Amino acid sequence: MQSKFSVKFLTITLLVFNLNLFAQHEVPAANDDKNDIKKEIKADIDHHIQDSHDFVFTYDKENNKYYGFSLPVILWDNGLQFFSSSKFSHGETVAENNGNYYKLYHNKIYKTDAEGTIDLDDHQHPTNVKPLDISITKSVFMIIVTGILMLLLFGGLAKSLGKGSISKGAGRFFEPIIVYIRDDIAKPNIGDPQYKRFMPFLLTVFFFIWFLNLFGLTPLGVNVTGNIAITTALAIITFIITQISGNKNYWKHIFWMPGVPWPMKIILAPIELLGVFIKPFALMIRLYANIMAGHVVLMSIIGLMFIFKNWLGSGLSFFLAFFLTIIELLVAALQAYIFTMLSALYFGFAVEEHDHEEAH
Amino acid sequence: MDKLINDFSFGLFFWQIVLFIVLLLVLRKYAWNPILTALNDREEGIKNALDEADKARQEMAELKSSNETILKEARSERENMMKEARTMKNSMIAEAKDEAKTQADKIIEQAKVAIETEKKSAIDDLKNQVAELSVGIAEKVLKDELSNKDKQIKLIDKMLDEATLN
Repeated sequence: MQSKFSVKFLTITLLVFNLNLFAQHEVPAANDDKNDIKKEIKADIDHHIQDSHDFVFTYDKENNKYYGFSLPVILWDNGLQFFSSSKFSHGETVAENNGNYYKLYHNKIYKTDAEGTIDLDDHQHPTNVKPLDISITKSVFMIIVTGILMLLLFGGLAKSLGKGSISKGAGRFFEPIIVYIRDDIAKPNIGDPQYKRFMPFLLTVFFFIWFLNLFGLTPLGVNVTGNIAITTALAIITFIITQISGNKNYWKHIFWMPGVPWPMKIILAPIELLGVFIKPFALMIRLYANIMAGHVVLMSIIGLMFIFKNWLGSGLSFFLAFFLTIIELLVAALQAYIFTMLSALYFGFAVEEHDHEEAH
Repeated sequence: MDKLINDFSFGLFFWQIVLFIVLLLVLRKYAWNPILTALNDREEGIKNALDEADKARQEMAELKSSNETILKEARSERENMMKEARTMKNSMIAEAKDEAKTQADKIIEQAKVAIETEKKSAIDDLKNQVAELSVGIAEKVLKDELSNKDKQIKLIDKMLDEATLN
């Protein structure tokens, strides 16, 4: 439901943009200024959606000044290359490390010569060598921050609960959520004694996604859960846990569905096998698309304020952005819930015991 | 799709997997397991306390009902005892009456016997006295009769007559 909502907003936004585009064709000279702003907003959104090698809060375009901090760059290129991202000067200079030269092009690191030449092919893709980049990027930095935050929060909660007393402070807020995940997500979907094994994963994944979604809504401008690499990693972990914990029944239901005639069994086997891979794929795309779309729509509407430049339009955009932010707060929790819920459901399929054949 | 694949950053994927697994393991050891155990313990404690309260309530009710039965029993016992005492009293009175009657009868019997004996002895006494008196009288009469000879012979004749007749 929520993704439909986001799509609707996206459509509305695009419609507004297109209308503007038409208007602009008629009188191109008057709208040059507006066109520049639009391009800038688009570049900003693109930049925001992507990961980056340094943490920039904001930048002053006129003076070309960046406010933020550099992060370490780690490359695997004939051995480990380790240097600070400040060497790139936000993509303007060539970074030199141990006699190798690297240049940032569209937020990606390429190996170049001393002058930093980027060779482009016909499709405007660089042909330079791309070294294996395992830098601590903005997203990795935020993952670490979230991890530390979770350790402090839940370690503290564990300590206060361990003493046999009741939870204090923030733990008082998080404890019912933990109980909710246990009683309303894990227990009904996985089943009573088996759910215990999966609780640490479910709790970690829920709070991890939720916190990072919320960080994405702060003016820090991070988009971690809206990154396909992150959601892929999470979905793959869910997939691996599901397959490892799959019991005899689970595999039997995939390859030799009980309770149906044998020709159906043969037809069902590839479908079920495909389903095994589609499930985590859906998890990956759902989280990615929801968060990404949320960020794009929200930033577009905020950008609209600067395009309209009048009280009515900008005011309307402001309220739209305001309400959308509130919806995004809901989406942040909802997507974390859905991911956890579906993971629990898949684990439930994997460990389900069928002692009642007629149930099919 | 091309853009999506192009956007895929292997480094970020790598770090996400590594950091997430580390986070999962650390949190499991230091946060989730202690939290879940504590929550479980607490819930169990609450459940046990409720169960115990229920049991105590039940015991109280049982105690109350047993008290009532004891009271009832005591009351009926008292009644029984009183009844018994009453019957005992009655029987004792009856017994005493019987005893007294037999005793009285005996005394009366003895008195009668004594009276009979006394009467017999009195009668015997009287007989003796009468005999003595009659002998005395007879002596006096005989003395008087035998004082003249004729009369003596006459009497002897008479007596001889009588004797031969016998």
